[in-house]
Amino acid sequence: MNRFDYLRAGTVAEAVAAGAEAGTVFLAGGTNLVDLMKGGVVRPSRLVDLTRLPGLDRIERLPDGGLRIGALVRNADLAHDPHVAATYPALAEALLSGASAQLRNAATAAGNVLQRTRCAYFADPASACNKRNPGAGCDARGGETRQHAVLGWSERCIATHPSDFCVALAALDAVVEIEGRGGRREVALDGFHRLPGEHPDRETVLEPGDLIVALRLPPEAAGFAAQSRYLKVRERTSYAFAVVSVCAGLRVEGERIAEARIALGGVAHKPWRAREAEALLAGADIDPALFRRAGEAAMAAAAPSGDNAHKITLAARLVARTLARAAEGRPSRLPALPASVFPAHIAGAPAHV
Amino acid sequence: MSEVVRVRHGSNTGQPLTRREGRLKVTGAARFAADAHPEGLLHAVVATSTAARGRVARLDVAAAEAHPGVVAVMTPQNAPALARHPDEKREPFTFRLDLLQDDRVRYPGQPIAVVIAETLEAATEGAALLAPAYEAEPARVGLDAAAPFVPEAIGVGDPAAVSRGDVAAGLAQAAERIEATYETPAQYHNAMEPHAVVAAWDGDALTLDTPSQGMAIAQGRLAGLFGIAPDQIHIRSPFLGGGFGSKGLISGPQVLGAMAARLVGRPVKLVLRREQMYGPVGHRAPTRQTLRLGADSDGRLTALDHHTLTASSTFDDFFEPAGGVSHTLYAAPALSTTHEAVRLDTGTPLFMRAPGEASGSAALESAIDELALACGLDPLEFRLRNYADTEPLTGRPFSSKALRACYAQGAERFGWRDRPLEPRRMRDADGLLVGWGVGTATFPALMFQAEARAVLRRDGGGAVEIGAHDMGQGAWTALAQIATDALGLDLDAVEFRMGDSRLPNAGIAGGSAHTATAGAAIHAAGSDVLAKLAALATGDERSPLYGAGNAGVVARGGRLLRRDDESRGEAFTDILARADLDSIEGRGTGAGDPGLRDSYAMHAHGAVFAEVKVDPDLGQIRCTRLVGAFAAGRIINPRLVRSQYYGGMIWGVSFALHEQAVTDPRSGRIMNANLAEYHVPVNADVPSLDAILVEEEDPHVNALGIKGVGEIGVTGTAGAIANAVWHATGVRVRQFPITLDRLL
Repeated sequence: MNRFDYLRAGTVAEAVAAGAEAGTVFLAGGTNLVDLMKGGVVRPSRLVDLTRLPGLDRIERLPDGGLRIGALVRNADLAHDPHVAATYPALAEALLSGASAQLRNAATAAGNVLQRTRCAYFADPASACNKRNPGAGCDARGGETRQHAVLGWSERCIATHPSDFCVALAALDAVVEIEGRGGRREVALDGFHRLPGEHPDRETVLEPGDLIVALRLPPEAAGFAAQSRYLKVRERTSYAFAVVSVCAGLRVEGERIAEARIALGGVAHKPWRAREAEALLAGADIDPALFRRAGEAAMAAAAPSGDNAHKITLAARLVARTLARAAEGRPSRLPALPASVFPAHIAGAPAHV
Repeated sequence: MSEVVRVRHGSNTGQPLTRREGRLKVTGAARFAADAHPEGLLHAVVATSTAARGRVARLDVAAAEAHPGVVAVMTPQNAPALARHPDEKREPFTFRLDLLQDDRVRYPGQPIAVVIAETLEAATEGAALLAPAYEAEPARVGLDAAAPFVPEAIGVGDPAAVSRGDVAAGLAQAAERIEATYETPAQYHNAMEPHAVVAAWDGDALTLDTPSQGMAIAQGRLAGLFGIAPDQIHIRSPFLGGGFGSKGLISGPQVLGAMAARLVGRPVKLVLRREQMYGPVGHRAPTRQTLRLGADSDGRLTALDHHTLTASSTFDDFFEPAGGVSHTLYAAPALSTTHEAVRLDTGTPLFMRAPGEASGSAALESAIDELALACGLDPLEFRLRNYADTEPLTGRPFSSKALRACYAQGAERFGWRDRPLEPRRMRDADGLLVGWGVGTATFPALMFQAEARAVLRRDGGGAVEIGAHDMGQGAWTALAQIATDALGLDLDAVEFRMGDSRLPNAGIAGGSAHTATAGAAIHAAGSDVLAKLAALATGDERSPLYGAGNAGVVARGGRLLRRDDESRGEAFTDILARADLDSIEGRGTGAGDPGLRDSYAMHAHGAVFAEVKVDPDLGQIRCTRLVGAFAAGRIINPRLVRSQYYGGMIWGVSFALHEQAVTDPRSGRIMNANLAEYHVPVNADVPSLDAILVEEEDPHVNALGIKGVGEIGVTGTAGAIANAVWHATGVRVRQFPITLDRLL
């Protein structure tokens, strides 16, 4: 790890000013940044520690019925907040399906949104990567691509965004509150992450110095409390990134779906909101065949970026499954294996204790 | 823990003692190698190659040296001279090491320099600042990247091709035949404890704190390299955080730690980073195995042909002996195993838990299932029809073989009898596909060489010393149980010492043979010291044992007793006091009996039954139940043995469903060289496990009747799970690990 300067920011304004300087990065939970520094993937000259900033670690219920999540709220604290777990069950399930218990205790809400891709070529400084070194090329193309993108990718980058949390945030129309040199502004989560296009190094709309201070869920997000799920297909039961994940929420009036929300993880450079599929469901009756069509609609624009065509099939089916689970209603308690496609009781007797 | 543990009065052997060092480990008091901090310690970090083949054209040594805290940069230009080139191979069990002798690069991850600094952080950054440039040549990656050849030997000196009977004729006359090809990936040991060394020189004497499964072998290797005598090298290795074969021989990076210490004249600590364990410390080589099997109309094998293509490095010879399991398991009248290999730009593969058997069993057990299906037979019934009463390859009788009991007890516990023959016939209440599979487990009952020393003291205590190794398997406990019985003392009265190279040579903790070999040496040392004690007593008119020489004596509870009249006895302490001796010492060796080993085939056996559930739409697989029944001779400590079986079975889950090194096809670099992306099962992936300890008495294998238990659990399990996946889905996946994309 390179030598770097360390600054502990006392105020948001101080953090924003320091963060605007070249070579400076923000440090919060450090669960992703420090690993990347150890691997020589990023070599910042200065870290600005945000963890002592006052007031950013609160979960606030807003008068309009929305929720404001401070940037420094730890993933585990957020998931286990009783109001969050009751009102946004898919969000809690998504959080608890990510990383490990130790990491969730350290990782922050804003840090989760800003985590970097798990593309192995990004993580290997000896490989060409347009994210690390714009214009260098993309060694993932033609390489080991089973986990890479099938939607929205470009010749310059086929990486995926790894977050579970963001998939639920995208489905719930979350808003990112940003403090920058020009003051405060707000960006929809769905528009916060960029597709790679020609500039995969520009991963979000953040400008130098911009600091996420909070994530906000609008009042409408609570309307999916009764019927929303997050499901994650992965290659082991915990501590694995999604092959594909889906967050689905239904607002049902009578027998009819008044509104549907669908977002996918593990398929693109950003959490992928499937609005065409949502439109198919709006005003329709609950119907498994329709859920399958919605899955196909969600993946209609998909194309493999390598040896990953299976993700297209899988994602379409997982959308249908997640919609069906959402239609069944939220579980009475958070599943023991959060976001698992398997029921909790499958685990059987404890193996060996 | 459903079995009743048989308590034998007066014996420690067979008791389910908890680990004697358990408290040290759970409190953090156990000192592992990297916990050593001698005065003046410096930290060393290895710089490794990102190129697969070629030479290092440039290293920015000046930049590294200029970094604050860096003390020295060791490169081929200044590395201490070695007495023997590390590529010199005097016998097949010595493997070539990359010790900065030149600028060649032979695989990605090869050490190319070592930076030594006052702090770990400074050494780490110094290594990064070297910014090597390479003259690189294209990497050879994958089993199709080079021309196959037939190795001179596979494993440790075994022939690459063996056969018995006429396989072509056997296949020709078969009523049913299958031919299928199975692939297994490269796998890496990933012990929790990385290879670590703290090296300190005092003149020409070298002290190493380093994890080792074979201290005496390491002494010999280091002595040759440094031109010093083996006894000038002191290795302390009381605890290992896992070895699995990767610490059987001293690795290049561990030697580099000693070289670094010599270069700077101060003690040096070198600990590999996780990603650095994917190259210079061995791995399980990939295989592509083609099996051709034939059976007659009664479902009896007519021929078995098992061909393995594997890979080794470009510069050394270790070839995964995957065909070995086919020599011993099924009664094929005509049998052939052949091995070919390619040379790739990879670190040299080496022993990894059940080397050969793990990969070979996964393929063989799958193929046997495929033939059972072709014959329309239940897979367990098919295995029973082809039960080998003598070793198929050699015709030798087995020294013992309770495999029928394993099949029967395992099937009963699992509930196998209700299994439908056809696939895709079982669903659970949630609509998940359910499948059941079986696999046969086998592992040879090997014996190596070991020595031990036993002492009885006038104060009533005793001591047993042996340079044995505890990799986590429980040697501190199991060997102490043997030692206690060998001396006829209570456990608390015996000081048991091991894990230090100054103690008698215990050989290698490998091949599932350590408890048997070290245990035999301890038993012999105990017998020796008791014989000396008995001679003192039976030849002395003042002893109640006088004249008992012919009848013999037994030792129990610190007393010698006449075998024919146990009311006549005398305390050890009284015998020593009368002889005016403070202590008395015995020595013993443990080794296999060559005559018996020629006459008998010696193997442990088992049967593993697996249940999997598969999501029919999403392909996600979960192993929900595993029942293993194993017969491995005499069980010294059922608690530790069950733990070994569990561990092996979990490796089988990993082999079947999780593990693989993902290699970039162009660079040859392993792209998932970390525990986040190289998947091994987490607790939530481990199914309900049941291990049945099937009784087996073996009068031939060694004096104590012990077979090994460390590796057999891996065998059988992967095949059983693959067979269960087929039974659940009707899809036969012939590539390990079985991933969900193959079931969509």
